[in-house]
Amino acid sequence: MAVAFDEMNGPGGDLRPAYRELSRWLKETPPDALEYRRQEAELLFRRIGITFAVYGDAEAQERLIPFDVIPRIMSAKEWSLLEKGLKQRVRALNMFLRDIYHGRDILRANLIPDDLIFQNPVFRPEMNGQSVPHDVYVHIAGIDIVRVDADNFIVLEDNARTPSGVSYMLENREIMMRLFPDLFARHRVAPVERYPDELLSALRSVAPLSASAEPTVALMTPGVYNSAYYEHSFLADKLGIELVEGRDLIVKNDEVFMRTTEGLKRVDVIYRRVDDDFLDPLTFRPDSALGVPGLMSAYAAGNITLANAVGTGIADDKAIYSYMPEIVKFYLGEEPILKNVPTWRCREPKDLSYVLDNLSELVVKEVHGSGGYGMLIGPAATKATIEAFRDKLKREPEGFIAQPTLALSTCPTCTASGLAPRHVDLRPFVLTGSKHVTIVPGGLTRVALKEGSLVVNSSQGGGTKDTWILDE
Amino acid sequence: MLSRTAENLYWLARYVERAEYIARTIDATLRVTALPAAYIGKTNEWESALLTAGVSASFYEVYLEATEQNVVEYLAFSPSNPSSIKNCIEAARLNSRSVRTALTSEMWDTINSAWIELQEVWGKGTSSREELARFLRFVQETSLRFDGSAYRTMLRNDAYWFSRLGLHLERADNTARILDVKYHVLLPEEEHVGGPLDYYQWTSILRSVSALTAYHWVYRETLKPWLIADLLILNDTLPRSLASCYSNLVRNLDQIGVAYGRQGAAQRHARGVRNRLEHSHMDDIFQHGVHEFIQEFIADNSRLGEIITKQYLI
Repeated sequence: MAVAFDEMNGPGGDLRPAYRELSRWLKETPPDALEYRRQEAELLFRRIGITFAVYGDAEAQERLIPFDVIPRIMSAKEWSLLEKGLKQRVRALNMFLRDIYHGRDILRANLIPDDLIFQNPVFRPEMNGQSVPHDVYVHIAGIDIVRVDADNFIVLEDNARTPSGVSYMLENREIMMRLFPDLFARHRVAPVERYPDELLSALRSVAPLSASAEPTVALMTPGVYNSAYYEHSFLADKLGIELVEGRDLIVKNDEVFMRTTEGLKRVDVIYRRVDDDFLDPLTFRPDSALGVPGLMSAYAAGNITLANAVGTGIADDKAIYSYMPEIVKFYLGEEPILKNVPTWRCREPKDLSYVLDNLSELVVKEVHGSGGYGMLIGPAATKATIEAFRDKLKREPEGFIAQPTLALSTCPTCTASGLAPRHVDLRPFVLTGSKHVTIVPGGLTRVALKEGSLVVNSSQGGGTKDTWILDE
Repeated sequence: MLSRTAENLYWLARYVERAEYIARTIDATLRVTALPAAYIGKTNEWESALLTAGVSASFYEVYLEATEQNVVEYLAFSPSNPSSIKNCIEAARLNSRSVRTALTSEMWDTINSAWIELQEVWGKGTSSREELARFLRFVQETSLRFDGSAYRTMLRNDAYWFSRLGLHLERADNTARILDVKYHVLLPEEEHVGGPLDYYQWTSILRSVSALTAYHWVYRETLKPWLIADLLILNDTLPRSLASCYSNLVRNLDQIGVAYGRQGAAQRHARGVRNRLEHSHMDDIFQHGVHEFIQEFIADNSRLGEIITKQYLI
């Protein structure tokens, strides 16, 4: 594996310009002052209750995501490239989804194998031929990006269902501004706090035609035991909209209403943080109590907008991911600005045999997995684990893809033995309304806290950092 | 607002109020039991603490005897007692999490901090009277902070009114309950009146509702049972009296009615109860029986709870 690119101290240890002030500040600041701030930040996170739940972990039902006080910094130039690439990618994702559920031009052009769509469990036949307001499917996308050197950002994953983490982006910034006002004074950091406004106006812009001039937007959560519940309540609060559960909603004559102390009130747009499977027991899982009976028929009647639309899982499927460069070219006629990670599709015999021969150097992922579960990190795995994976791969090759282990960039991070480089990724949040695609400058930087580790997922012990885009 | 939000706010306020009341009950009982036997006779004060908390029956499903240790554990910490202080704070915190969007950050901070302290400091209960005293203070301070932050930071809209409804309904129930358990010591039987036993029982009633000092300010007299009853039932100036709770309930329900442009059964029922309190005199109440009066009040009060639920919360 190549030596990782360090975002502060570039190749050869040259301080990169965006980090000049931070480096100076770090030299002036005694280490125990940093440690003190770190503890203060943790206290704030706990008191505010910024937690996430870990399933199957009864000991720690609510956990704090570790927060690192050293910001990650990017120049305006780096960001503007990323921004262009992200907007391009999300535009293509939306066109792809519209096509898959309507004309299917891309299949007829033989660019993607049919069975990858039709035999995919996240494909929703219910959405065939159904139009969604303004043809927007992915209103909120969380695109996971890694950096491998000074010039290259690579997309690791497109989260097109119910991406989470934006509350951390916003809270990290709030807490940093509280703890390090003079560090901010020495930089010009582009603000992120307009995200809730942008989100609300994007959601309003996609209201169905039958909505009133002032559409009612609500955020739907599976409830207080969901792992991202904090985020749901945080966003509802910032947007000034009701946080509803399935039991608060009722469908009458194909319209959706919420139960209020003053009677029923119509809802026009639902930012749902509930998975497709649980939305409507009449259409999807009948055993689910989280959803709203009849919601899908109101959806079909065009009386409610769901954000994200039903069936977007097909666009963030890891098997489809490997086709994203073709997808961008096909719909936009442009070269993709952001690269993909080279990906071997285990369903293809040639790729499979390469993967089987090189397991100890590859990362193997379940096509439908998420959150860092069920993956093999070849270079870090024991022989026994590798062999177990070999069996799985042979049994069900179409369930996996493989990628090379990337040398993810590192950023200086507070550790028990002082500042040290740790691997990071980035999840910017891309919003699509009826007219524009927008991104607030920044995103959620996740950091692997263990030395050498590439796993940044919070469910696997990763932490977060504030992400600064310098305004020049 | 969402019916579920209103319901959560209403119960949140009830849980916090209940936790404080249980803490006061334990506190008052501790004081009485610390007296020499000559002053308090052979009554088991811990038994009566269970009765005022309304958990006597469920207690004896778990324990054989109402000792100090058993009762304190059951009232304060037991997971199997739904009204234990610990369960009240946990339920309050769960409710707060469900309706965070309707709470101010000060209110959330109070409940969340209390919940954290409960896990970290009081997870194993208390092992001495000093510790118990500190725990009870912690509970009372939590309730004060919560009430204070609600009062100082919430918008005066339906969210506020529904939480006040919960608070006053619970408070009325608590005051009525303690009167009901102790009504026999309020009966003016010539022989016992003024004896040390009654005196300390009365003090403990007043302490349970933090009205001992208030009594002296209002009546400027030594403790007399009918004045104590008057204070707790009919005196509108004492925040924990039944009369005061109902003035507040009527006012809050009216505010909701005005905001929604509609009145209903809840408004009518609350007004009825308040009018009865307004037109009652202590002499008549004693004549007809304190116990009967209180029993009727408790039934009326829980009826109001049902009506509010039906009208707004489901």
